[in-house]
Parts: sequence; structure tokens; C-alpha cells
Amino acid sequence: MKDIIVLRVMAKFFLPLIMLFALYVQFHGDYGPGGGFQAGVIFAAAIVLYTLVFGLAAARKAFSNPILLTLSAIGVLLYAGTGVAALLRGGNFLGYGFLDRVPVQGQHLGIMLVELGVGLTVFAAMVTIFFAFVGKGRR
Amino acid sequence: MVGFIDVSLFLLLAVMAVAVILQRNLFTAVMLSSVVSLLAFGLYLTLDAVDVAFTEAAVGVGITTVLFLGTLLHTGRKEKRSPKLDWLPLLLVLISGGVLVYGTLDLPTFGDADAPIHDHVATHYLEEVEEEIHIPNVVTAVLASYRGYDTLGEVTVIFTAMIAVFMLLSGLPRRSEEEEMP
Repeated sequence: MKDIIVLRVMAKFFLPLIMLFALYVQFHGDYGPGGGFQAGVIFAAAIVLYTLVFGLAAARKAFSNPILLTLSAIGVLLYAGTGVAALLRGGNFLGYGFLDRVPVQGQHLGIMLVELGVGLTVFAAMVTIFFAFVGKGRR
Repeated sequence: MVGFIDVSLFLLLAVMAVAVILQRNLFTAVMLSSVVSLLAFGLYLTLDAVDVAFTEAAVGVGITTVLFLGTLLHTGRKEKRSPKLDWLPLLLVLISGGVLVYGTLDLPTFGDADAPIHDHVATHYLEEVEEEIHIPNVVTAVLASYRGYDTLGEVTVIFTAMIAVFMLLSGLPRRSEEEEMP
């Protein structure tokens, strides 16, 4: 679909906006609606749009399988690691209050890290599943 | 006005759902199910559940539709008509559906302020979130902090599902193929 100029121009116009909105939802989740899951799927939707317009090979250049698998593993490890960090600082597993001397600050930090982990894993999972489905070609 | 929007969205939702069932052209069915998701998105929006609406718009309307279209590449575009109506599955579905509806009769009335869900931990979350976590979005506080274990489990489930799909569809060569190789 790369030859359709309207599609190509509009996709190029919308892609950065969608990605920026995903980042906004990710890091503004404490204050506005949304959070890691929503940010992950919105970012994945941007990659899906890119793949539909510019083709799988172009998208694969940015997100190859090793990168996606690593990203998703980092997400889960970041989440669980935040829990272990709280454990090491003398609190309960995932007790973010112990991450900082001020418990409320610790909660903010913990929620931010955990949501980042959720976002990474969800994004990588959505894109991987999408690539796996469209990558097989016609049988 | 809001009532009018709600009722028309629900009516359209029901019509579209029936249309998806009746449709034999799978491509049309996929597009109609995407419309169903779009209507659900509108309903979540009028219910002020904006984050659920985000998810529905991105997953339901966008990614799921594209995944279905990708699947259609591998299968045909037409649904095979089953030769005759099978009565046993229909009976089972009707009975289990009836039991579920019967179960809803015991639920508290819709919007009841004294419903058990409102006087368990929910009041604690709403009253103490300012003191304990100090972020304005209670949903994020509940999901990420109060219910952090659940969310960790959910992330693990998503991770596992991704690994499973990856291995099934795009991953490793099958063992039989490996054995055949010289």
C-alpha cells in the first residue's frame, strides 16, 4: 500500500502523534486516565499502522524478534525487580513505600517503574503477535 | 440526552452483534465486529471509563481487527454452512444461559449504594489514596499499588501468551522437520 500517496502522507502525519499520545498516556497515567497497558497497546497500534502502510520488512528493521523478545522480558523483570528492590530495602514484595525515605515518593517511583514495565511487555507482546500473524504469508 | 445516546448505542450494538452472527462472508463479519468494538468504545466513553475506552479503541477496533484480517489470509473468505441445525449444543447453550440469567436475580440492584462491592475495600481505597499514595488517578493507584500482585500476574500472563504465540506461529522449526534434515 506504499504507492497510495494519501495513505502514506496521512500515516506519516499521524504516526508521531499516536506515539506521542502513547507516551503521554504512559507517563501521565498517575494524573489522567490510562497507564501502562493502554500506552502499550496505543504504541503497538502505531506500529501496526506503520506495518500496514509501509510493509512488514520495513517495520522488522526497527523491531526484529530479538529486540521484541528482549523488550517484553525487560518489562516483566522491571516489574518484578521493583518488587524485589522494595524487599531488599526492608519492605514487603511490591511495597513501594520503602523505595524512598518518604513513603509517598516511594509510591510514585514504584508506580512509575511498574507501569513502565507493563507498557513495555504489552507493547512487545502485541507487536510480536501481530508480526507472527501477518508474517506467515498465504499458504 | 445522555439516555438517548446510551439507548441508541446499545441498540446499534445489538443489531451489529446479530449482523456479525448472520454474516457468512468472513471479511464483512470482521469489519462488522470492528464496528461492534467501536460502539462499545462509545459506551465506555459515555460511562466515563476513559481508560477502558482507550483499550477498546486500540485493541478491539485496531489490533484485533488486523489480526482477524491476517488470519483471513490463511483461511478462506466464506464461512462453511453447517449442513443441519444441531439441537444438542443449542439446548446446552440455552440452559447455561438461562442459569446465568437466573443467577443475576440474586445480584444487588444496578447502582445500589449498599451493594457489597461498595463497603468492602473500595471505601478504603477512595478515602486513603490521597494520604497513602498521593496520586489523583485512583484507578492507577489500585492497579499498580494496592493490587500490584494481580497486575504482576497479568503482565506475566501477557508475556507467556506472547511467547506461546511466537513459538507456535513464527518460531522454531518442528522436530519432525529437523529429523528429516540430513
